[in-house]
Amino acid sequence: MDFSLAGNWVFLVLAVVITAAAMYTVSTRNVVHAALALVTTMATAAAIVIMLGGEFVGWVIVLVYIGAVVVLFLFGIMITRAQVGKATALDHEGNVRVMAAVVAGLMFAAITYGIVELFGDAQLPEEGVVRTVDIADSMFGRFVIPFEAVSFVLLAALIGGIVLARRDEER
Amino acid sequence: MTIAQFAILGGLLFSVGVYGVLVRRNAVLVLLSVELMMTAVNINLVAFGRFYDNISGQIFSLFVIAVAAAEVGIGLAIVLLIFRNRSSANVDELDLLRW
Repeated sequence: MDFSLAGNWVFLVLAVVITAAAMYTVSTRNVVHAALALVTTMATAAAIVIMLGGEFVGWVIVLVYIGAVVVLFLFGIMITRAQVGKATALDHEGNVRVMAAVVAGLMFAAITYGIVELFGDAQLPEEGVVRTVDIADSMFGRFVIPFEAVSFVLLAALIGGIVLARRDEER
Repeated sequence: MTIAQFAILGGLLFSVGVYGVLVRRNAVLVLLSVELMMTAVNINLVAFGRFYDNISGQIFSLFVIAVAAAEVGIGLAIVLLIFRNRSSANVDELDLLRW
């Protein structure tokens, strides 16, 4: 990386923060802390996306993930934690942790090797800010069928969520 | 800024998410790790959209966000149902279908 550019310093800070928050999310013993560390991860991810020129996508991440998904997670934690009691039972016991670390490490090594082999130090274009109007033109033009399909997915998820979580009186 | 630094960061986040999925016992925390992996994919989509100067990356990132929201809703409803029926949200105790 070329550290004479301000963008690379911003990237370095964001990368350190997002890595630390993600690792805390998967390793903490406190469930609520895991959800709150996910907030930090998502906020930093939104910052990285905005840095890459995706202003609309960045703010959608803030709205949907931090605003809705994490609140849903907190509700899920509050409801399911009641009888778990001891917080030590959050992870698998034994050498599962070592095996998982080996798998994740190998995956990271393979991804890094592939990316470095393929792209090396190919530079991003200097100008790349995507305006919201471009996204709208594309979304309601070329991608209108997938957009409608996603709206059906959301409708099905809504109905499915209600059906699953509803308490049946008659049975 | 190179494309590799963003792609490797996405790979790192994805690997951390894989570790979380494998090591966590509580089903809610497994779903949380899956969200980490989806975020990694979003960062990669936007980064490669910028690299190839193509808007499709960001459009598909929005689709991934929508599907992730639906997935969390359904996933938590299922976890809630399992917890209500079995008083446990641990994935290793859900062996009803194991032969």
